[in-house]
Amino acid sequence: MQTITEAVIYNRAGQRIVSPDYLLFEAPRTKHFMTGSEAVKEAVKRASVDASVSYPITPQSEAAHLIGELWVEGYVGVYFRGESEFGVMSEIAGCALAGARTITTTSGPGTLRAFENFPMWAGTRIPVQLVLMARGVNSPLSIQPDNLEVGFLLDTGCMIWYAENAQDLFDMILAGFVVAEQPDVHVPVITVVDGFFVSHTREAIMLPPDDIALPPYNPYKAPMPVIDAEVPPGRFLRDPFVMKSNYISYATHASWQWEVRSAIERSRPYAKRYLRGLIEEFGDPTADLVFVACGTAAAQAKEAVRLLEDEGIKSRVVKLKTIRPFPVEELKQAVKGAKYIFVPEFNVVGWLEREVRRYLYGYSDAEVIGAPRVAGGMTMPAEVIVREVLNLTGKEVKHVI
Amino acid sequence: MSYKIYEINEEFLDVMPQEIKDLQFRATWGNPKRGVMDLPYSKELIEEHSLCAGCPESMALRYILASLPNPEDTIIVNSTGCTSLVFPHIALHTVHSLFGNQNAVASGIKRVLEWRFPDKVKDVVVLAGDGATVDIGLDCTLQSFFRQEKITTICFDNEVYANTGGQESGLTVKGHVFKMAPKGKQWDKVPFWQIAIDSGCHYVARLTVSSPKKVETVIKKAIYVAREVGPTYVHLYTPCILEIGLNSDDGLDEMRQRDKERFAFFEYMTPQAQEVIERKKEEGLL
Repeated sequence: MQTITEAVIYNRAGQRIVSPDYLLFEAPRTKHFMTGSEAVKEAVKRASVDASVSYPITPQSEAAHLIGELWVEGYVGVYFRGESEFGVMSEIAGCALAGARTITTTSGPGTLRAFENFPMWAGTRIPVQLVLMARGVNSPLSIQPDNLEVGFLLDTGCMIWYAENAQDLFDMILAGFVVAEQPDVHVPVITVVDGFFVSHTREAIMLPPDDIALPPYNPYKAPMPVIDAEVPPGRFLRDPFVMKSNYISYATHASWQWEVRSAIERSRPYAKRYLRGLIEEFGDPTADLVFVACGTAAAQAKEAVRLLEDEGIKSRVVKLKTIRPFPVEELKQAVKGAKYIFVPEFNVVGWLEREVRRYLYGYSDAEVIGAPRVAGGMTMPAEVIVREVLNLTGKEVKHVI
Repeated sequence: MSYKIYEINEEFLDVMPQEIKDLQFRATWGNPKRGVMDLPYSKELIEEHSLCAGCPESMALRYILASLPNPEDTIIVNSTGCTSLVFPHIALHTVHSLFGNQNAVASGIKRVLEWRFPDKVKDVVVLAGDGATVDIGLDCTLQSFFRQEKITTICFDNEVYANTGGQESGLTVKGHVFKMAPKGKQWDKVPFWQIAIDSGCHYVARLTVSSPKKVETVIKKAIYVAREVGPTYVHLYTPCILEIGLNSDDGLDEMRQRDKERFAFFEYMTPQAQEVIERKKEEGLL
């Protein structure tokens, strides 16, 4: 009989390397009580992260501090405070171009300060991860939860995932690296949570042990040459197309932008696997009243479903886990038979309502209602959602709001 | 790795363009004593260029690439402007990211390469114009100096935004009329070499590119010091002959005139930098 011995491989922090499937789905988990920011730390600790650059802005600062602690403890290779979010996102780009698995965090005005970098990230095909703890943007000054900025990010060429709670965030950060680093995907992933609601509140979260971690990033599987002088450079041209005004240069730029969007499309099967589906359904599957939501709005909609049940109204929630790629087919299937689709949101413009209308246009006869909509730090009590529904049905409002 | 990454698979030799084959057989690799004297005899690491005929910046780029002591392990970070017309022609690993973020990108690259390859020497060199270095990129440039990033920053100062059609920059001389300064520039040229010193650079030089050998020495010093000590800064006058109304063959004369005045050779080094430079001289590398 032959004995097969498996080589145990450790990462540079001394953690045992396990497969993404084992880490995400099979490893035994224990219950912990922590904030969303602490959940970021726990995810990064298990992700064999090479580099992180930070900058202070509420409400993401604590998550960034905690990544710094991981650097001190040897779990993260490179860590420093950059000069501004514009600088940070460029430094992150440099780290990723040089072959590092990188993560950073930002919020609201920081996102806007950094903005020029996001299409650059996508165009250079670096699989960096940005944990976005959404907050209002100026003016007037606000440091409160509001996800308007996500609407601005939709067409940057980055994948956009939306976590509902600390548990989602922990799992999404790990899955984010796995999906973004697939050679046929290899675009950035922005993992969004609502600032304060998730970053600053404590909740129960199930964690695998911290002596195991994701396999390290292998930059040599990247579709672009790594900028480390270990592989032949990508460019050395007698007649480069860049900056030339000719058809080849236009076609190259156009096709590359298509390619970035195609890469996001190619992430679907991986995201489906590692997120266990691009959507999550909650409530009575026969209900014709559907809430389509993401993040905290989805959590509140679930509460509203329970309250509506008391009113004798059947309803359900379709929670979107990914916004880019948008779960088009999943949503179409999920809203079959729906008469009313409510899209509760934490921003003033209703970017998710626009998305839902766009993808259901010509497919669903349901009335799409962009409500309730709160902004600037307002909360969205489940009762507010219930009131919108009862207003529509003409029913008397029993609950005290 | 080494210049071996430039070796072509024998099976493909017959179909490779001549310039790629030349890189393998006629370029200078693995020799820290390479320099501008090799220019007439070896394959240059810059493949032609798309700058104007007689452009002093093209001279600067050729001298710099000929002088890199460790080209096989050198990363070039560019910015937007006339320099961005050249990066696709450079045979090394080059990055063009955004306008003004070059020192931030270079910081990330340098730190990760140190983390990934602790036992190897990998030089990171920023090549950018005056607009990129001192105006739009001022924050990232200075902050990389403050943080003591081990990178070499080279500014091609042509005292104007040339690629966008000749607009005033922070390095334009006071009184000079350019677009966006139709009454002449109202404030003084920014003395960036001095700001670089005050911001923590360990080696700073200001010069024109009228003397190739001098450029070579300065570039080598800047790279050796950055490798061991911290940030270094080289300020080169590369006049835009187009925007100041000179002919293609006037660039050299223009630089020679400025050698005697506002671009008179100036060099600064900290004691740590001096120690490195003396040692490299003893080793015959300078």
